[in-house]
Formats: sequence, structure tokens, C-alpha cells
Amino acid sequence: MNPIIRFSNVTKRFGALTVLRDFDFEVKQGEKVTLIGPSGSGKSTVLRILMTLEPFQEGTLTLAGMPYHEPDGHGPFKAREKHLRQIRSHVGMVFQSFNLFPHMTVLRNVIEAPVRVLGLSRNEAECRAVDLLNMVGLADKKDHYPSQLSGGQQQRVAIARALAMRPRVLLFDEPTSALDPQLVGEVLGVIRSLAHEHDLTMLLVTHEMRFAREVSDRVCFFDKGQIVEQGEPERIFSSPEQPRTREFLASVLG
Amino acid sequence: MMYGFAWDTSTPLAYAISILPILGIGLIVTLEATVCGFAIAMGVGLVFALLRRAKSRLITWPVGLIVEFLRDTPLLIQLFFLFYVLPQFGIVLPAFLTGALALGLQYSAYTSEVYRAGLEAIGRGQWEAATALNLTRAQTYRDVVIPQAIPRIVPALGNYLVSMLKDTPVLSVITVVDMLNLANLIGDRTFEYLVPLSLVGLIFLILTLGCSALIHVIERVLPKRGIALR
Repeated sequence: MNPIIRFSNVTKRFGALTVLRDFDFEVKQGEKVTLIGPSGSGKSTVLRILMTLEPFQEGTLTLAGMPYHEPDGHGPFKAREKHLRQIRSHVGMVFQSFNLFPHMTVLRNVIEAPVRVLGLSRNEAECRAVDLLNMVGLADKKDHYPSQLSGGQQQRVAIARALAMRPRVLLFDEPTSALDPQLVGEVLGVIRSLAHEHDLTMLLVTHEMRFAREVSDRVCFFDKGQIVEQGEPERIFSSPEQPRTREFLASVLG
Repeated sequence: MMYGFAWDTSTPLAYAISILPILGIGLIVTLEATVCGFAIAMGVGLVFALLRRAKSRLITWPVGLIVEFLRDTPLLIQLFFLFYVLPQFGIVLPAFLTGALALGLQYSAYTSEVYRAGLEAIGRGQWEAATALNLTRAQTYRDVVIPQAIPRIVPALGNYLVSMLKDTPVLSVITVVDMLNLANLIGDRTFEYLVPLSLVGLIFLILTLGCSALIHVIERVLPKRGIALR
């Protein structure tokens, strides 16, 4: 089967700083992949490139066979907005800082894009939104504003909001890093339940090593813009081959 | 006698009461000029602010130049320019329209800065979330950015409204018959300037205090997080 995500020889620079160099990476449809590694190693950049929040300079990236760069594309993304929107329609993202729309109720946050972008009727969008809010355990909070919710609840709403667009690929960028320790569990619980969705491809950047071990099909260890080591979580965590992986795991697992 | 109202200069109070209806006619002009001018300032200012956020420098630089020019030259010069110079090029506008336009254009430079600050206060995270949800740029402005910017913008806009109201007497130099102009005309006829000018000052004081109070109420009523439109 063709991979749903394929980076080949992708190079990403911020000015003089090269964040990814000749980066190769493939993800199969339905695969749950966790990216771990020290901060600044480029893991979040991989997600941000996939979400078209960051352009990349060289190489090719395809999503479901669709290349990000257009042959005649201009501008930093080397593609027209229309093309980028087509790519985005397959991808969703959950951010470290939730980024809910603070002036909208929880329900409004979840239906906004389905109504505006997918063109669903308000009724239909609300039905779907309530189902999703039920799934994350927050249907009773649908008329609350984000500021009235805890961080963990906000992040669960953000997950529901991303799912409402029915993405094929869902990206999690350190979804629990901004949370108080006692709120991490509820968010991980929701992500864990999503991990059972057979068709949903998930890419997760996290520092929750135990969780990564439990939910992922594959763990990739990043360092200095490259994947140093990857494999099944059991193997990576119990017998890492590379010294840098060992060092990193020793430092985070204590 | 003016507009069919005769004045009675026997006592200051009788004088004041007798010229009040005349000044009332000027007051309507003053308010009209403020409303028209401010409508222009709010509309044009928003256009300036959005253009200055465009991606191409071919747009942002000329617009920036225009805004700086409007902001950094005196209102009186802009007013004279529109009123006396444009007709030389065949563009003749009525005095009132010229006045409202001049006020509106100068204040659009101020309001564009207010909008810009309000728009920039909306963090990158909101834009990224909107992108991730595949909203278009226009939808993001309309549904996400502008509704959140409104509570930040309103107080500053209100200050400019009050300020513009106080600037309207300048229009009397291009023959707009506003309150100040009428008070002067009355004085010219009666040789009694104290009462009409004081009265105009008092009316302005009441207007600006009223405006400030209104803005304060609006500020209190607006939710801080922003307003979801529709």
C-alpha cells in the first residue's frame, strides 16, 4: 500500500538555520506514529509543514499522493491557496496551546469550520458536534465559553473541533505540554480512544513516554533534524540501539 | 433675525434662549458632519489597515505612505486643499461634503492605526487554528479575528469620535454653516459675542461628555473575549 504521507529529501530552513535536512519519512494510512526527541530537534516542524503552517524549501512531500509543491507554484509554499486548501482538507491539528476561539461557545467552536468550509447545514453540524463532544465527554459544556473550562477540557474540545472536519490525518503537537499534571490523563484518554480508529492516521509529538509506548505503532526518535532511530515502541524503549536515543531516554525516563 | 428667529438681547438669559433655535440648526450640521466624517474614517481606516497587512510590499508601502501623509499634515491644510485646489482640476464638491471628507480622511489615518493594533493583538495561534480548520483568509478575518478585535478597538475609536466632534468647528473656515459659524454670525450682527460663543462651548461640552458616557457603557457591555457574529 502506498504511504499516505511521504517526505523525500525535504529540507526546511529558517533563515540560516537548517531545521530539516534531506529528511525522509513515510507513514502508512491508519498508522499511529509518535515523534520523540529533544526540543528543537524538528519534530514539531514536521507537523507544521504537514499542516501547511510552514513552507519547506527543497525536496518533495506528498499527502495521499498529492504533492505539496505545485510544478508552477509561486510564493513560499510554491502552491496556490486553492491547492493548499485541498491538502488541508485531509489534515487536522491539535495544538499545544489549544487555540480555541475564545469568543465562541464550545459548540460554535466545533461547528464553525464544518458550516463554513464543508457547507454543512447548521443542524447537521450541531448533531455531529454533539456526538463528538459526547465522545470527549463534554456534551454538557457545549454552551460554555473556553475561558470557563479547564485546560484539559479545552484541549478535549480542540480535539473534537479537529475531528469535526473528518481529517484522514490528525496531528498532535505536544497536546498535553501546557496542562497541569492532574489534567494530562483526561486528554490522553481521549487520544487513546482515537488510537483505536482503524483508518485515522495519527502523528503525535509528545514528551509522555509511557503514553507513546502504549498507543503508537511506531516511535521515531528525532535529533538535529533527523530521525536517528525508529521502530516498534517496545524495542525503542527497551533496547535502543543508538547511543543518542539511549541518552535521551535515560534523561527523560530518569 | 436669522432663519426666522429674532433675538432678544435685553438680558443674557433671554439672549441665550432666543438664539438657541438658531444654534440648534448649526448643531444638526455639526452632528451630521461628525457622523458622516466618522463613518468615512471607520470605513476607509479599515481598508487601510487591511491593505497594510497585505502580503505584497507593492501594496503595503504606498498605503503606509498615504496613511503617514494624512496623519502628519494639519487638518486645515487638507481642508483647504480639498476645497480650493480640487476645483482647479474640475472637481467641485459642496462645502459640507468637502468638510466631512477631510475629517474622515484625516481620521481614517488614526483609525487605521487603531484597527492595526487591534488586529495585531490577535495571536498567531488563532490564525493557525483557523488555517488548520481550512477557513479562508476572509472567513478568518470575519469570524475569528475581527470579532475578537472589536472590544479592543471600541474604546480607542470612541476617543477619536469625541476628538472629531471637537474638530468640526474647523469646517466653518470653508463656509460650512455649523454652530460656531452661526454663533459668529450672530455676534457680528448684535456685537454681543460672549453669550453665543459661550453657548456653543457649553453645547460641545455636553455633547462630548454624553459621547464619553455612551462609549463607557458600550465598553462595559461588550464581552471582553469578543463577539461571535451571527
